[in-house]
Amino acid sequence: MSADRSKFVFVLPGLIVLVAIILFPLLFTIRVSFSDWDVARPGLDWIGATNYLRLVHDTRFWESFGRLALMAVGSVLLQYMLGFGLALLVWREVRARRFFRVLFLIPMMTTPVIMAVIWRTMFHESLGPVNDLVRLLHFAPLPWLSQAGLAMMSIITVEVWQWTPFMFLMLLAGLLSLPREPFLAAAIDGAGPIRTFLRVTFPMMAPISIGAIIIRLIEASKILDSVYVITSGGPGTATETSSYYIFIRGLRDFQVGYAAALSFTYLVIMAISLTIIAKVLARAMLVRDRA
Amino acid sequence: MSALYRILKYAAILLWSAFVIAPFLWALTTSFKTANGITGGPTYIPWLQYQPSLEGWRLLFRSGGGGIQIGGPYLDSLIVTISASLISLVLGTLAAYGLSRFTFRAGFVRNADITFFFISQRIMPPVVLAIPFFLMLQFLGLLDTKFGLIIVYIALLMPIAVWVMVDFFNTVPRELDESAMLDGCSPFETFWRVILPNSKPGLVVAGLFCLIFGWNDFFFAFTLTFTQTQLLPVAIVALNSSVTPWWSLSAAALVSVAPLVAVAFVLESYLSRGNLAGAIR
Repeated sequence: MSADRSKFVFVLPGLIVLVAIILFPLLFTIRVSFSDWDVARPGLDWIGATNYLRLVHDTRFWESFGRLALMAVGSVLLQYMLGFGLALLVWREVRARRFFRVLFLIPMMTTPVIMAVIWRTMFHESLGPVNDLVRLLHFAPLPWLSQAGLAMMSIITVEVWQWTPFMFLMLLAGLLSLPREPFLAAAIDGAGPIRTFLRVTFPMMAPISIGAIIIRLIEASKILDSVYVITSGGPGTATETSSYYIFIRGLRDFQVGYAAALSFTYLVIMAISLTIIAKVLARAMLVRDRA
Repeated sequence: MSALYRILKYAAILLWSAFVIAPFLWALTTSFKTANGITGGPTYIPWLQYQPSLEGWRLLFRSGGGGIQIGGPYLDSLIVTISASLISLVLGTLAAYGLSRFTFRAGFVRNADITFFFISQRIMPPVVLAIPFFLMLQFLGLLDTKFGLIIVYIALLMPIAVWVMVDFFNTVPRELDESAMLDGCSPFETFWRVILPNSKPGLVVAGLFCLIFGWNDFFFAFTLTFTQTQLLPVAIVALNSSVTPWWSLSAAALVSVAPLVAVAFVLESYLSRGNLAGAIR
């Protein structure tokens, strides 16, 4: 077998399997989005762009994007800052650092939806330990899951708990692979820890930071599990993300056609905004690298 | 380094450690409670604050009344996760090697575009795929089966395997391939005899990532299986209703997150040996 022929033997099996699994759902979603498929009339009729015209005026859908943006960007930024901080803390010169490294990785290994169930019991207004702590600090107990702002904070807290370890893992792997020379040079120049961080560590970590932030933003843009378990989108629609709203329309109300139109719009908006974010991040962080 | 800086540093480490451990400790203590131990408000220390009972743990093996019969879901989760991870790893590794070593050209499509196509599947939100997958599996007669879920999970996990392995193979020197080729190895023999034995760190990390994301998925198991097949997360979330049995819920949660905690130890050992830098980039 020639090298030219055999290269396809490597790539094609995976490619074919993936396309076979993904292609039908994607094409089907696009086709269904032009139909009136619902509980009463399942079937692929053709109603043109009616579903898309309806979603333009669906304020609940557009509001869910705002909440998703707040939730995703807020939690990913927190994860990045905390993950970077933790990675720096156990990078070197710390007792029992391998113990703490393992400990800091653990939340990422646990099933989000199962830990969300546990967190829900922790945030329980009268029976949970979170309000016990609040009382200990001499404040009045807070309605963590039944007040809009607090419910959002609760979900972000759980997301931060769950996914900071991922940032920590990526950034610590990056830190451990950095060359030593620039740090020696900075030390010789008499740079303090803050200057060394701003001038040496941070610029060298820029590429891996961008990669880690983008991967997390992609995953966070799909938030559904934890919302479903912790608040079910409530109170009202205060924590309803785009995924969760589509889930309600498609798999609760069985408005399959309309949900497909929402899905496809959501997918396109996500692909575009994530691409823009990636470009902007790359420019912002790498320009500083050159300066 | 000043003493104040040292104190702040360890204080920060301990504070975060407490935050990480808190839900596990809460679940552990709750798992030994009964309804009485819970409705009186939050308590933490057994014997002192509440009378511990093994009821929560016994319920793992019973059905009805807060019981969840955890054995079946556990086995289903293991079978689905391990099969899908293995298949994804094999297909993903082959594809990654091809994309890292050979040049592909078809019209405007280049290697980077094919790699991007694989990885970009992660952008697809599960909720977009749920209904089509449901109809597809229904058509194939695979709804509510382990085999159906395995197919879906391959699409979920293969992008992760490709992502980790392409980056990894790019760090393996091409001289290895070239000298094997000069010795008369075919491309496949080169891959099998020379490259694969040198790829353990990449394979381990890619495999672990597949296991993590497979074991921890909830949404597809939730929408595509009902009674014949039930994975752990679905079985546990089913307990999360208006009258949640906190005790068996906590015990079940601890039992189901336990196996992957071992993964943290393996990942850390690769991390500290510096092997992860090539595998994650």
